[in-house]
Amino acid sequence: MDRFVWTSGLLEINETLVIQQRGVRIYDGEEKIKFDAGTLLLSTHRLIWRDQKNHECCMAIPLSLVVFIEEQAAGIGKSAKIVVHLYPAPPNKEPGPFQNSKNSYIKLSFKEHGQIEFYRRLSEEMTQRRWENVPVSQSLQTNRGPQPGRIRAVGIVGIERKLEEKRKETDKNISEAFEDLSKLMVKAKEMVELSKSIANKIRDKQGDITEDETIRFKSYLLSMGIANPVTRETYGSGTQYHMQLAKQLVGILQVPLEERGGIMSLTEVYCLVNRARGMELLSPEDLVNACKMLEALKLPLRLRVFDSGVMVIELQSHKEEEMLASALETVSEKGSLTSEEFAKLVGMSVLLAKERLLLAEKMGHLCRDDSVEGLRFYPNLFMTQN
Amino acid sequence: MHRRGVGAGAIAKKKLAEAKYKERGTVLAEDQLAQMSKQLDMFKTNLEEFASKHKQEIRKNPEFRVQFQDMCATIGVDPLASGKGFWSEMLGVGDFYYELGVQIIEVCLALKHRNGGLITLEELHQQVLKGRGKFAQDVSQDDLIRAIKKLKALGTGFSIIPVGGTYLIQSVPAELNMDHTVVLQLAEKSGYVTVSDIKATLKWETERARQVLEHLLKEGLAWLDLQAPGEAHYWLPALFTDLYSQEITADEAREALP
Repeated sequence: MDRFVWTSGLLEINETLVIQQRGVRIYDGEEKIKFDAGTLLLSTHRLIWRDQKNHECCMAIPLSLVVFIEEQAAGIGKSAKIVVHLYPAPPNKEPGPFQNSKNSYIKLSFKEHGQIEFYRRLSEEMTQRRWENVPVSQSLQTNRGPQPGRIRAVGIVGIERKLEEKRKETDKNISEAFEDLSKLMVKAKEMVELSKSIANKIRDKQGDITEDETIRFKSYLLSMGIANPVTRETYGSGTQYHMQLAKQLVGILQVPLEERGGIMSLTEVYCLVNRARGMELLSPEDLVNACKMLEALKLPLRLRVFDSGVMVIELQSHKEEEMLASALETVSEKGSLTSEEFAKLVGMSVLLAKERLLLAEKMGHLCRDDSVEGLRFYPNLFMTQN
Repeated sequence: MHRRGVGAGAIAKKKLAEAKYKERGTVLAEDQLAQMSKQLDMFKTNLEEFASKHKQEIRKNPEFRVQFQDMCATIGVDPLASGKGFWSEMLGVGDFYYELGVQIIEVCLALKHRNGGLITLEELHQQVLKGRGKFAQDVSQDDLIRAIKKLKALGTGFSIIPVGGTYLIQSVPAELNMDHTVVLQLAEKSGYVTVSDIKATLKWETERARQVLEHLLKEGLAWLDLQAPGEAHYWLPALFTDLYSQEITADEAREALP
């Protein structure tokens, strides 16, 4: 910990910020010290740590003092960490939080995650060593590490050997997993080939494969995650699963829809349904495929796609066209409205408010005024006045 | 000589032959379906075995996840197509990405009023991590990209725009063509762009530059700064990093959904 120097935290000219992460705690070797909650910044030249509560407390280590870094995976109750092994501080070092320390390494604990990206970027900077090419002012320059021979203590060699072993171990685990994965993929590929062959047969024999068989086939494709190569749409790419899902959706969405004026965007539905499920979540495609079957199954909800591509779920009883009359009234009362203003007045999402106003415009009830200040809608006086 | 293939008799014979052929064809497909069903069961067992040994690897190692996804793509399999797929059920990859999708939507919605629906991958990453809390599993930027690609199916205008060395994520269906994208890329370095910058770097005429900037203003993606020294600056809030003083909490993110 005695390698740190106090700093203002401002970047020097030619020094660039690479990545930053909140919620980082510093350890002096294995010991917890008082610097337990800060923002860690990585620049091309330094590692900077600033206390989250007291921004005046800000310190840095030049990257040139880093020997190497290792990752420490998270455990139960323990955050993921990066261990930074350091060269000794140069004799002319500026003042910092610690005068002396018996440890030649520090640990950075990522209590709010972000360790993966940070480690990646830090490794990159250690490889590129940009601080060597782009000098900054005196205060940041330090020795480029120790002179070979003298200061290279035995301890560091031991650490490097341990790191090499650990790398080999990790590589072995990865390669075993990778090997197993490759074998699995070979089998998966056979399934893909088989499904293509069946699909070709179905295509050639239009009308000779029963509905039952088609449904079975589709469910096999679903299990494997193979795209449906046959374009014969009875229920879109739907399967039994999607039919069941469609019926379930009715139960889940009836009340929320009523609360939201009978209409919700598919994004809202996706979030609502998955948040409610908690586990065994729906994929976006599951949701879309289920919704495509609503009409065919004569359920009280329907999927609607606006010209813009926005997809919504409506109650069958909801008539968007009837909402246009009241939309026109609202706009007329206020003279003119933007989507945001309309959304606020009526209590809708801005996305759907915009769609309603666009539909009203399409039907000739409203006119637009498109300027840098935004898109504003007015009652269409060309229609009403003569 | 006997003429072949003519006459009512010949036609009837031909029809019978065709029917028999079709029948065989149907039987063939039936066979193959049965074969596929059997192979599917076997594959499921293999996958279960793989999962029991390596499920943790996938959960914990983002590089392995990338390799897994790439291999699936190569053979023509989408492990994230459905929550009901084997991959999702047995390896648990589904829930991981679908939940991430929800979190991405919530963050984008919460910040839309500030950045017009355009956000850097970095900032999205930071905000998602914050929202997930301390005990959740870490996610990489690659994970975010894959989750976003899946969200496109919902028709909401999610798109991924490469700029500089990173990406901008668009979460509203605003029309952005090549010209707009190129200007965004130009602005990435300093967070703003001017008409002169555009003319000097892209060699466009004034009118073309102004139109693009006006469109970005209209869509709420750019802010106009008339008090900047020299000429007007067009700032892109999406490209601000730690200039924000305000931060959203996980609750605010959830409340952003009406």
